[in-house]
Amino acid sequence: MKYALLIYSQLNADEYGAVLDATRQASDTDGPWVKYTRAARDAGVLVGAEQLTHDDTATSLRHLGGDRMVTDGPYMETKEHLLGFYLFDVDDLDTALDWAKRMPTHPGQTIEVRAALSGLPWQRALAD
Amino acid sequence: MAAGPGGLAGSTRLERAFREEWGAVVATLARRLGDLQAAEDAAAEAFAAASVTWARDGVPPNPGGWLTVTAWRKAVDAHRAAGARWTSIDPQVLGSVAADALTAPDIAETDMTETLGDDRLGLIFACCHPALAEDVRVALTLRFVAGLTTREIAAAFVVPEATLAQRLVRAKRKIRESGIRFTVPSAPGRLAERLQSVRAVVYLVFNEGFASSSGSSLIRDDLCDEAIWLGRLLHRLMPGDAESAGLLALMLLHASRRAARLAADGRPVPLAEQDRSAWDSALIAEGTAVLDEALVLRSPGAYQLQAAIAALHAAAGSFEATDWPQIALLYRALARVDPSPVVEVNRAVAVGMADGPLAGLAVLAPVLASGALAEYGPLHAAHGFLLEKAGDSERARGAWKRATETLDNAAVREELLRRYVEPLTERNPGPGVENGDAAP
Repeated sequence: MKYALLIYSQLNADEYGAVLDATRQASDTDGPWVKYTRAARDAGVLVGAEQLTHDDTATSLRHLGGDRMVTDGPYMETKEHLLGFYLFDVDDLDTALDWAKRMPTHPGQTIEVRAALSGLPWQRALAD
Repeated sequence: MAAGPGGLAGSTRLERAFREEWGAVVATLARRLGDLQAAEDAAAEAFAAASVTWARDGVPPNPGGWLTVTAWRKAVDAHRAAGARWTSIDPQVLGSVAADALTAPDIAETDMTETLGDDRLGLIFACCHPALAEDVRVALTLRFVAGLTTREIAAAFVVPEATLAQRLVRAKRKIRESGIRFTVPSAPGRLAERLQSVRAVVYLVFNEGFASSSGSSLIRDDLCDEAIWLGRLLHRLMPGDAESAGLLALMLLHASRRAARLAADGRPVPLAEQDRSAWDSALIAEGTAVLDEALVLRSPGAYQLQAAIAALHAAAGSFEATDWPQIALLYRALARVDPSPVVEVNRAVAVGMADGPLAGLAVLAPVLASGALAEYGPLHAAHGFLLEKAGDSERARGAWKRATETLDNAAVREELLRRYVEPLTERNPGPGVENGDAAP
């Protein structure tokens, strides 16, 4: 079963920018997230992972009435921002939660665990 | 008042047996289908079929097996009828299941009965999964493990039936879609964590029945009985788990005092004044025996410590003759295992009885100063009790008054008002609210 582990943070755009700068400059080859990602890869459960730009820079396309309108900003202004995700293929929710618990998160971060659906018609197009 | 082996007030042994059978069928199907809704539907159909077939042909030699295999076939039929539109069961699982059930029903039957213990445990673990909200865990467990109807559960927790039904629908969907399995966790660390959640659910049901937070009656026997039944089931399925035994012992020992806890007019009777001959000696004997079994396992924990405290109360000839020094020690051990200001309140009462009210007040002082339990009625009741015992009636009255303002339970509140606040009594017989050993 596939699970998305969605990483939410309360950092605003400036704070997040500073964190990113620091991360890049450290050119850390053995930091906690590097270790975590390596462990997940070595366990053979990691399907994918992405880190996103802050939702401050998001662009939304809203389908309203008959129109598709482009707007500046995220779908919803909230205090917690989705900043990245890991996609795991594991047996059950307990295992997915174990991987979530192992994440080297900081206080204020929240990991939302969501199971992915399978066997849907559109997914067959991926295998074509 | 005895819970008895069936343990269900107001219902017959036959109903209990019926519910046990229903629970067994649901457990067996849920584990194999991974879907509580489909299991529930199939079980309902099997019982409907039984009411027709058994009336006509007589009860089969193995009614449980008959019901399980019939429910199984109903589930397979339902899957086929729904065809490709069925989305609630993993098609892969059902494919193999359907093949098994259709080609070798006899093998399926043996297999199902042999693993029933695991099935029931798996169902309990799924219903009590920490990814579900606590009230949802309670409702699921009462519905699918204990076999209560949605209406009964809604009535017990004073929520509209439609609301509860909606919560159950959502919970069943979450279990199915989020990958909560109907299995016993195999990793030791995870098993311990999940067992803790199971015990907490059972104890929550018991406490809701024993000292209800809502409504005006103090004890709701039905919920106590369900909790004890669940506790017995858990203990039977996991005999090597000391804390599950401790939990069962604790509930049995508390329940043994049920008949003495309420006066004929429904008013609560403090522990000090209870008619100890009205305590249920069979429950005390069973509770003590289960506790002994637990202690032999040498894996102490909060439930066993609380059960040991309850056992000391049960063994005492009177409130005064109780082994208070030992109880105070047990509360200290409990505070180490499971530190909480509530435990300190209870310890203060025990210390007050063992070493005098001033010693008790000294234990209580930091709790009062922290303000953490400012809205906790039993804290103020204990404070009033110790002040009164120390001869400070004036301040005691203030504490009793504060207790009546903070207690949720109407029966307890009225009793405190009657006793201590309106006319100041000449004598203080006990902590007033039986909290010295029932909490947390």
